[in-house]
Amino acid sequence: MRPLLRFWPDIRARLGTYSLVIVLTLIGNGITLVIPLLTGDIIDGPIAHHNLAGLWAPALAILAVGIAEAAALFGRRMIVAPVASHWEIVWRGRLYDRLQYVSVPTHDAWESGQLLSRATNDMSQMRRFFAFGGPFIVVTPIVILIGTIVLTVMQPVFGLIIALMAVPTIAVIAVFESKYRITSRQSQDTMGEVTTAAEESVQGVRILKAFGREPWMARRFDALAQRLAGLEVRKAKLDSWLWGTILCLPTLAQAAILAVGAWGVLAGWTTIGTVVAAVTITMVLRMPIEMFGFLLSDLLMTMTAAARYWEVMDLPLGITDAGGAIADAPPVRAWRGRVDFDDVDFRFGDAAADTLTGLSLHIEPGRTVALVGATGSGKSALAALIPRLQDITDGAVRLDGTDIRDIPLGELRSLVAVAFEDPILFSATVRENVAIGAPGADDAQVRRALGIAQALEFAEALPEGLDTQVGEQGMALSGGQRQRLALARAIVGTPRVLVLDDPLSAVDVDTEDRVQRELARVLPDSTTLIIAHRPSTAALADEVAVLHEGRIAARGTHHELLRTSALYRDLMGASPTTGPAAAQDSPAPGVAASGAGAMGVAAGLAVEVTEAGAATGCGTAARAEAVASSGSVADAGTADQTAAGGAASADGAPGATAPATSAEGVAGAGVRAPRGPDGASAPSGEGRT
Amino acid sequence: MSAPASASAEAEPDALPPDISKRARRLLFSLVRPRLGSVIVLSLVIVVSACAATIGPVFVAQALDDGLPRAADGDFGALWSAIAAFVASALVGGAASFASTRLMGITAQRIMLDLRRRLFRHIQRLDLGYHERSTSGRLVARQSSDMESVQDFLSFALIESALGILSMAAIAVILVWLNVPLALIVFAGFIPLFFVSRAAQRAQRTAYRRTRTSIAKVIVHFTETMGGIRAVQAFRRQPAGRHTLAREDEQYCDANTDALRGVAWFSGLTRLIGNVTQFAIVIVGAWLVLEDAAQVGVLAAFLLYLRRFYNPLDELVQSFNLYQSASAALEKITAVLDTEPAVAEAREPVALPATGGGERAGGGRGGRADGAGRALEFRGVRFAYGDGPDVLPSFDLAVPAGQTVALVGSTGAGKSTLVKLLTRFYDPSAGAVLLDGVDLREVANAQLRRAVVMVTQESFLFSGTIADNIRVGRPEATDAQVEAAARAVGLDDYVRRLPAGYATDVKKRGGRLSSGQRQLVSFARVFLADPDVIVLDEATAHLDIPSERLVQNALETVLRGRTAIVIAHRLSTVEIADRVLVMEHGRIVEDGKPADLIAGTGRFAQLHAAWRDTLA
Repeated sequence: MRPLLRFWPDIRARLGTYSLVIVLTLIGNGITLVIPLLTGDIIDGPIAHHNLAGLWAPALAILAVGIAEAAALFGRRMIVAPVASHWEIVWRGRLYDRLQYVSVPTHDAWESGQLLSRATNDMSQMRRFFAFGGPFIVVTPIVILIGTIVLTVMQPVFGLIIALMAVPTIAVIAVFESKYRITSRQSQDTMGEVTTAAEESVQGVRILKAFGREPWMARRFDALAQRLAGLEVRKAKLDSWLWGTILCLPTLAQAAILAVGAWGVLAGWTTIGTVVAAVTITMVLRMPIEMFGFLLSDLLMTMTAAARYWEVMDLPLGITDAGGAIADAPPVRAWRGRVDFDDVDFRFGDAAADTLTGLSLHIEPGRTVALVGATGSGKSALAALIPRLQDITDGAVRLDGTDIRDIPLGELRSLVAVAFEDPILFSATVRENVAIGAPGADDAQVRRALGIAQALEFAEALPEGLDTQVGEQGMALSGGQRQRLALARAIVGTPRVLVLDDPLSAVDVDTEDRVQRELARVLPDSTTLIIAHRPSTAALADEVAVLHEGRIAARGTHHELLRTSALYRDLMGASPTTGPAAAQDSPAPGVAASGAGAMGVAAGLAVEVTEAGAATGCGTAARAEAVASSGSVADAGTADQTAAGGAASADGAPGATAPATSAEGVAGAGVRAPRGPDGASAPSGEGRT
Repeated sequence: MSAPASASAEAEPDALPPDISKRARRLLFSLVRPRLGSVIVLSLVIVVSACAATIGPVFVAQALDDGLPRAADGDFGALWSAIAAFVASALVGGAASFASTRLMGITAQRIMLDLRRRLFRHIQRLDLGYHERSTSGRLVARQSSDMESVQDFLSFALIESALGILSMAAIAVILVWLNVPLALIVFAGFIPLFFVSRAAQRAQRTAYRRTRTSIAKVIVHFTETMGGIRAVQAFRRQPAGRHTLAREDEQYCDANTDALRGVAWFSGLTRLIGNVTQFAIVIVGAWLVLEDAAQVGVLAAFLLYLRRFYNPLDELVQSFNLYQSASAALEKITAVLDTEPAVAEAREPVALPATGGGERAGGGRGGRADGAGRALEFRGVRFAYGDGPDVLPSFDLAVPAGQTVALVGSTGAGKSTLVKLLTRFYDPSAGAVLLDGVDLREVANAQLRRAVVMVTQESFLFSGTIADNIRVGRPEATDAQVEAAARAVGLDDYVRRLPAGYATDVKKRGGRLSSGQRQLVSFARVFLADPDVIVLDEATAHLDIPSERLVQNALETVLRGRTAIVIAHRLSTVEIADRVLVMEHGRIVEDGKPADLIAGTGRFAQLHAAWRDTLA
């Protein structure tokens, strides 16, 4: 009962209206008791006395009562309709809102279907109860009680019979209640699982089709649907005991009253009139008693729904402002953007081991650091720590020296923009989706951001240009297109800190290259952490940090690390120690060798190229040194002028990812020169001219 | 690359064809037909229960009018037999109610199970184009909240309305038997009742359709928010989300209020009609009694039965309410069920020729020879999404069995479209895609999926354990095979370190896999599936290069000689190919061995030079 009582504040707010509903229910059900009295009057009065004129008064009274009853019924339903409908959406709104703020790790522990079934099935159960069952469950016992009292006053023995009938009824109800509550809970939970399966089958439809696994998924679904059906049947079976009993017992009580009454009449301690009246009253009482069975199951299901609702509402927020709450729009102060990870430990929920342990990483304001690491090394976990989508287990993440846990969440997240590897678009226009990154951004800003992300061209080519609906309810875009829109969203507000979690993995090399050139040019002041898998991305960063076994194992520029870190060479596919990798440096013979039709790299090929790789491996180092000594590029400001002359890059200067197809490409080589905090180009450690 | 959504009329998921209610009824009948036996038994039980309830008062009257006076004279027989009959009617009524509730529950759940399974399978059968046009939230709504409406109707309303109608019919017979003119007055009440019902049905249908449409929107928004919670929180979208939900929910609330108010009018008016009839009966009945055309007892009985006659109307209103809601839901479900998949399985499929390796059972690949791939051909293929522009204007390509082909090209060049045609997610607008010379449209689904498997960039995990997820590749695979597959792609070490190993639930926190690890799961699935043709659509995008190589090496060993189509944005992926195709605007602009292309001056050579330089 407690979960239901917790809705009391909402009911109290509409107590006047809801009381009126209850009163109207009482009137609608109580007033009909008058009609037998009136008809009795007519039979004993006008008809017995052949007085046609005397008929009108009681007949009109019957009409009046009839109209009043219909009016009470109409009024009750009219009044309760908006109240109950409104409660449903208010409660769903609260549930939704709680879930919006509950931390990501907490979310991950819930199946989406469970949340959805709570927000829809359970809420409509509550609405139905408050619209109908609620008032009746208040009124029905009152009517039964009044009826019993009237009976007792009439003839105590009859009251006693009703009371005796109540004993088995209550016993049945008690057994029913506990069993039904358990079953109803299981059924509602299973409903959530069925919803999850339905959702997964729709969201994972490509995988299912690709493997032809529709039958497999259908079997999984069947198992759940069958369990649900089984539980519903069990509910029906429990219902059948209750309803069978509840239908039977009042009639047996009536029969008892009839028998005892007949004996009483014969014995002389009661009159036939009393017996008739008593039987009539039990007749009237049958309706509420029978209904009580339905009301009880309804109440129990509603209690389950309410309990499931509160389970979600009681979820701790997990990640909050210092005060334990989350402010929507805290004031945003000015920050420089220095990011420090100090001795950070991080462990996923109930995982057995730390994902990050004792990790330290410092990023100066305005610098770009590429984070590189093997699959599953915790790169995304680290990225999620900055906007506090996950919280660290130990240590501290600081922004300009302030522990980010002391910065209001809203402020932190408005300073830090994220582009996820798994791009999420909202059901809105392209323009709105981008502007989410900087509320109030104007058309020019949105276009500029799209331009940087190399998304303007395709966005303008959409049927309605930037006003085309995308996301779940709109145009289906390709992975690469979605990623670029998500990137545009991340950069539109020129964030202080930019976290890019492998944001261009689905974009072709050409486009990726253009995006990165633009990024470096237009966001010189944003501190950027970019998770990279491709050498081209790493090459563009001021520095590269290699994540290995939960810590930063190596740090330096792309070229330094290529020289000094075997781990890094391995990750970038440039390592001569792993056979196939060598093919990267010397592709021509490698390819020739693999011409046999190998899917991967043939073992033979690997051996063959190892020598060549070793040779070029040394060559790489040699070239890198050459670059270091000659000094590749001047500062970014002069890059455009020096572009044509930046031919040095053809030899492997940091920015040489350019396709070298056009002057534009070559210019980019200069632009992509690493930036120092002062804006000058200074590949750390490699010196400059 | 992009599929136009909601552009064409048939793509609008909320538009219902005009004869939808007829089709929804047909669906309902088709669901009930296999349960006809239970339905007939159920109807009989309900008749018994209605009769028992109706006849009870007759025995009470007998006991009072006949039994009691006789008992006063010392003859207890009549009294006892009346009471015994009454008790019997109570017991029969109770037993009938017990039986009907059970039977109804079982029948309703069987029907629901049929409907759920039918809808689930149909949605799975629908082509990818349909899935991309309609939103996942809406398809979930069809399977959750719409199902709930149907279930509520079946399990609560059906029995009540049947009981109500039957007892009304029984009472009508008794009324006619008691007094014809009075009965006619009662029946006259049916005339306004008919008009009220018809008006209500029309108004309610619209209102309930609105509730189904608006709740689907709420569900769509809800799933979108919860699915994208990271972005919602990172970009502080909570207030905006709250507003959207409030807006969608407001419409639902209005629709619901209108529907409930419609019920208020309907139930108020039917009660009024009943009560006015009662008044007319009192007046006319009293007059008839006074004119000696009727007896007082008849009038009394009439009034008693009249009350009982109109009582079921309450339940009928309630049931009608649920019926309207359920039929609106059924209409929505019917609309999905009536959609024919644009990519349908052939009626009389043509078998693919046997591959060189023969049958592969139980993962025994030892006997499989090289060159057991299948030849692919695109013959004059034109393709456009819906009414959109041609993505592939005229495409011809032949890939011999066993060849590894890499597709390169900028985003939107048509690479993904190409593989969607190859895996028959879509059918070409013109021309044909052939596998070993057989048109894909003529290949049985099971055989096609056995022969061609695609790994996509998105690697979806289903709830369940890691082993379950790998087993998607081949459900009958043994634990050892699952582990071997995981080991081959380099996932085994990680999984072993998890507390429950392969039995770790992927949705539980300990089993959270990174996107790269999820891709490894996808690859492990392919290992188990062991197809003739493997299609990789940027399947290694989230992997670091050593992991990618490991996967490629493993694939090379296991799938030696299979045909492979690889879309890659990373050149490290491309170099292993026998042949590279560079695509632009739906056409092949370069085609050759990687070495030849690199040696040339084309786009691929430029891309390659640029990529190589970053490693220098």
